[in-house]
Amino acid sequence: MKYKWKIVLTMLVLLSAGTTGLYASDGKVVDSGATAWMLTSTALVLLMIPGLAMFYGGLVRTKNVLGTIMHSFVAMGIISVLWVILGYSMSFGSNVLGGWFGWNPDYFFLKGIDDTIMDAGIPEYVFSMFQGKFAIITPALIAGAFAERVTFKAYCFFIAIWSILVYNPLCHWVWASDGFLFNMGARGAIDFAGGTVVHISAGVSGLVAALYLGSRRGYPYQVIRPNNLVIMMLGAGLLWVGWFGFNAGSSISSGLSTAQALVATQVAAATGALAWIIIESLHQGKATALGFASGILAGLVAVTPAAGVVQPYGAMILGMLASMICYMAIQVKNRLGYDDSLDAFGIHGVGGISGALLLTFFIRPSWMQEASAAAGGSWTVWNQLGIQVIAVLIAIVYSALMTLIIIYLLNKVVRFKSNEDEEMAGLDRSYHGERGYGMLNTD
Amino acid sequence: MKLITAIIREVQLDKVREALIEAEITRITVSRVSGHGQQKLEEMYRGQIIVPDLIPKIKIEIAVNEAFVDITVDTILKSARTGGHEGKVGDGKIFITPLEECIRIRTGERGGTAI
Repeated sequence: MKYKWKIVLTMLVLLSAGTTGLYASDGKVVDSGATAWMLTSTALVLLMIPGLAMFYGGLVRTKNVLGTIMHSFVAMGIISVLWVILGYSMSFGSNVLGGWFGWNPDYFFLKGIDDTIMDAGIPEYVFSMFQGKFAIITPALIAGAFAERVTFKAYCFFIAIWSILVYNPLCHWVWASDGFLFNMGARGAIDFAGGTVVHISAGVSGLVAALYLGSRRGYPYQVIRPNNLVIMMLGAGLLWVGWFGFNAGSSISSGLSTAQALVATQVAAATGALAWIIIESLHQGKATALGFASGILAGLVAVTPAAGVVQPYGAMILGMLASMICYMAIQVKNRLGYDDSLDAFGIHGVGGISGALLLTFFIRPSWMQEASAAAGGSWTVWNQLGIQVIAVLIAIVYSALMTLIIIYLLNKVVRFKSNEDEEMAGLDRSYHGERGYGMLNTD
Repeated sequence: MKLITAIIREVQLDKVREALIEAEITRITVSRVSGHGQQKLEEMYRGQIIVPDLIPKIKIEIAVNEAFVDITVDTILKSARTGGHEGKVGDGKIFITPLEECIRIRTGERGGTAI
């Protein structure tokens, strides 16, 4: 992704109304190959959201299945609209308010990019929609931390505000050409496809929200069983497939860097999944389906920031380490007893942090050479690790603080946590007036 | 020995179950059933108010010795009622039937001690 950003935003020109065909007024041509892949990637990343809905939906109790699925789906509605109105502008406009976020009047309602073709050879509409899908999935990920116990109304307000105040600024810092993390060190903080922006921010925010809101009724003494692990597995499968758009699409091209990201993604997911069931077998005696799915996600999350810079062996080690660390994180959670219901922090937060830091040790040599050249001499692994640590810390502190403030203030206006009756009756009945299934299960 | 069968609202299951456990009645069987009672459940379906034929309910079956009948019934009455202490149409029913025999499969024990 890095390779293309610098040029992405420098080229915005309002085009004359008479422009026709493939040519923009400044003569840029659509690269149909790159555009085709970016269109595909855009669709693939969108596919991850129903995938996430199925993954989370399968893990909750029967009475909450629709409410949980709606947490993902409603994000497709809310964030898509917000992204077009102001999200893209806040993320990829030029620095305002000291670089807190960006702004570009042309991006307001996307009204100024009707004819824009980017240097990468793709229409800017495609790029903005591709990025919009990342903005959708990030708040939807948070929902896993406070599953089964929040009101639908407050959730809707929360993701809208969170997207504006947390996602857009972070996205701007890390990916916009004038974002301060993008320009830190020799070649910037490495976040190829959203380790800090998507996974760390969502995971940490989820943890803060889960701690603030408190646990579900009966947790952890009462057994809370998933209603449908088959749906959960299908969801994990869709996430894996969609992740090719997420990572390989983040090259904003259709070429060598796309292929590199694609391979890293596949390898990390596979090793993550295998590592998880091996650890689980050794520790608890059985290899579970949920464990395999968790391993897939841990591997994918860890390789997300790294996909552009690691080679297959590096991706393999990242996937394996991510599963080990996330597995331990979940054991720790069980000891501490806080209710991160579907392990949004345990997988996305911890996996994202692990990936963003550990990737430093597996960067391909050519990247390091270019970094050394850019730094005017030498640029070591430790220099880069320092940058990564700073980026990760900033993402953690910023998203934790902002989430706390948002929930605290929002809670004064709209009650965030379900009351006892609503929680017992289930989200489906309380907020949607529907039932997910016929008469299959009792819990 | 008696078999107590309670038909209750789905949403009250957690409350009833927790109340029973508190009253130290822990051996229960729960199933999802549907049927007709006095209650008419209006549901919103695709923007229209409809009354489905069969209303979903929860059936709890509890086999108890005579000494536990009253406490079990009282507990269910208290916990399954909705709308304060008044109760509402649709809160359900309790049936008590004589239980001829009870046998624990593991040991072959019969009668009151097997419950």
